Amino acid sequence: MNSQSKNKDIRLMAIFSVIVLTAPIWLEPLGASYPALLQKFAIFGIFAIGFNILFGLTGYLSFGHATFLGVGSYTAVWSFKLLSMNVIPGVIFGTILAGMLAVLIGYVSLRRSGIYFSILTLAFAQMSYNLAYSVLTPITNGETSLQLALDDPRIFDAARTASQGLPSTELFGLKMSGYPGFYFCAVVLIIAFYISMRIFRSPFGLKLRAIKSNQTRMKYIGFNTRPYLLWAFVISGMYAGLAGSLMAVTDPLAGAERMQWTASGEVVLMTILGGLGTLIGPIIGAGVIKYFENIFSAFNENVLHNIFSFLPDGLENVVVQVAGLFVGSGWHLTLGLLFMIVVIFLPGGIVEGIEKIRARFRRTSPASSSEKSE
Amino acid sequence: MSDFKKFNRREALKLGVAGAAFIGATPLFFNKDAWAAGFANDPGNSKSVILGFNVPQTGAYSEEGKDELRAYKLAVEHLNGGGDGGLMHTMKPMNLTGNGILGKKVEFVTGDTQTKAPAARDSAKRMIEKDGAIMVTGGSSSGVAIAVQGLCNEAKIMFMAGLTHSNDTTGKDKKRYGFRHFFNAYMSGQALAPILREEYGTDRRAYHLTADYSWGWTQEESIKNATEKLGWTTEIPVRTPLTQTDFSSYITQVINSEADVLVLNHYGKNMNDSLASAVQFGLRDKIAKTGKKWEVIVPLFSRKMAQGSGDDIKGILGSTNWNWSLPDDASKAFVKSFANKYGFPPSMAAHTCYVQTMLYADACERAGTFNPAGVIEALEGHKFDGMGNGPTEYRAEDHQCFKDVLVVRGNENPSTQFDLLKVVKVVPRAQVEYDASMFGGDLGPV
Repeated sequence: MNSQSKNKDIRLMAIFSVIVLTAPIWLEPLGASYPALLQKFAIFGIFAIGFNILFGLTGYLSFGHATFLGVGSYTAVWSFKLLSMNVIPGVIFGTILAGMLAVLIGYVSLRRSGIYFSILTLAFAQMSYNLAYSVLTPITNGETSLQLALDDPRIFDAARTASQGLPSTELFGLKMSGYPGFYFCAVVLIIAFYISMRIFRSPFGLKLRAIKSNQTRMKYIGFNTRPYLLWAFVISGMYAGLAGSLMAVTDPLAGAERMQWTASGEVVLMTILGGLGTLIGPIIGAGVIKYFENIFSAFNENVLHNIFSFLPDGLENVVVQVAGLFVGSGWHLTLGLLFMIVVIFLPGGIVEGIEKIRARFRRTSPASSSEKSE
Repeated sequence: MSDFKKFNRREALKLGVAGAAFIGATPLFFNKDAWAAGFANDPGNSKSVILGFNVPQTGAYSEEGKDELRAYKLAVEHLNGGGDGGLMHTMKPMNLTGNGILGKKVEFVTGDTQTKAPAARDSAKRMIEKDGAIMVTGGSSSGVAIAVQGLCNEAKIMFMAGLTHSNDTTGKDKKRYGFRHFFNAYMSGQALAPILREEYGTDRRAYHLTADYSWGWTQEESIKNATEKLGWTTEIPVRTPLTQTDFSSYITQVINSEADVLVLNHYGKNMNDSLASAVQFGLRDKIAKTGKKWEVIVPLFSRKMAQGSGDDIKGILGSTNWNWSLPDDASKAFVKSFANKYGFPPSMAAHTCYVQTMLYADACERAGTFNPAGVIEALEGHKFDGMGNGPTEYRAEDHQCFKDVLVVRGNENPSTQFDLLKVVKVVPRAQVEYDASMFGGDLGPV
């Protein structure tokens, strides 16, 4: 059975990779196939996968994960400024530094569980946000955001990039904007997904799930749960740092907004919307939210008039008026409605919805489908 | 082991979807290069050309942003031959035909910068990568304008800055593809200084409350330098976050300080809030510890801000780029055309955005191409008149416009709800001019 499940995993990976790498094609009809948004899908996919390792497996809800995202971004931009425009050091340092910060925050926050843990992480996040926004202005450049400058040292490639204007991020000569940037993020997403899958399948993952279902019992059996929790926290922090550094790779600019509590809340929404504790759910959730944010918010009245032009004039105006509330700056309203529908009718997120639809076509035992929605 | 069962079913569906996608779309795969043309987003044979209007519709500067958007829409209407033509009657030299730009109809896409640099870059990226915008314009926060200018420069897309007042936009952070019509903080300082000496004397102590980002920093520095030359002294400036809405704790510190002039390096709603706090605490009626009456200065002033502050702004000195009450033909024509469409006079943010769009269109016509290389050449060193600011020049060295600056005062007896700022003095261009190398920076290559 073991080798059989291994084969399944390999096939799952292959299918996942194909879907991710062909995203520019199958997203074309949805109007979402342009590099900046594709990069976002991949990056927030990574962020959500990492968050799911903590929240989905252990049930510990962190409200401060944007901190690690921000730290990853700032570190990567500093690596571009000081060392080299090559993205590899930026990504590595961003991930490691976020991990180190996660050790600190996790060590303190994990002394409590439940709502107290959430509040502690939120407090840390708010602290880091304010540090980045005003106190640490020399390092973060505050509201103006940390950006590259012509006179940055860039000790490893100053000679190469001099006299060309502002350099762009690159992977051994390949520019990291546009489609190459997306493919880089996509490859990292696939690796991140693989690691997450290994964690889900491993005894370590099983212990994390055990913590979620009954931590007290686990302690009585003789497990010290805290090291496992701390590891889960650090790993998911590193995922967030990785996502943050990729944001800097595709656009070398880091602002404190990235660390605001709304950004932390967003990843919670993504995970729940997609399907908490499932492998693929968080990525779907991230995709849906980013799609709404970028495409729905750009709809204006002209677009709506085009869509509803088949209706008679008077009716068309009414429909456009009403629909106008839900697009453009009102996209949050649509997202809120969608979120409510999902939480009320599909507590297992979009993944549960997909399962339910498939269950209609195929006979499945009810037991296994309820398992999935967990 | 329900896990592997799950993948059994899931994978079948996925394999189908992925396979179909792969087979269906493989030939498209290598044709997706948007940059294949001679220059980025070349409209080629298309009948229309797309401009990207990237303004704050939410956040501290959203009021200004909305007015900018109105001006952009007006400009597009005029370029396409609609409306009354506005400044196309007064602009000199004028090469616009009312038939779009270079015979192509002007269309536009809009985006919300949220007054945040990353959001602004996201939305500019969408305009460039998805919508194919040939030029991006907008602003209202210098932090945002500088960030978007950098992005456009990298993508080799023209950026016509809207309202941005930081010295950095055309100083330290100037870019080859970025152009600014609006004046800057240094000019405000130079224009205000002589009037401050006349009004408040040479022995004053200033207390700066500064919005904590690029614009606030450079304005604080410019005003500090200009007033210290008059003999004023300055308290250690206090920086306030852009998102701040309650300034009462800051104002109590101001009242207890040794200073007697409060300089508000705040803009938009920020300034409304901080000034409201100052008035609530009775600052404007108090005698400072120095024995002089407290005075408030708002170096960058606009009618929109005055409107937001109501009676609080009466008597306060500041500087602006343009005001709707100016008596020249161009200003009158613009106010008329804007007010006809929207029912109220335009703000200075609206004015600068309208002018920028017209100047870009005119430069394309003169260059005979949308290619940024040609358009940049047409704009660099371009001298024009009849746009509401008198004779103006786009300096080639830093892409900054040089023109007269207005010193204004909050009107004590407004005749209408819009008659809020009174022009105290039109400061001639020569007095606010500076050497292009003063702020450093490098335009970089085309």
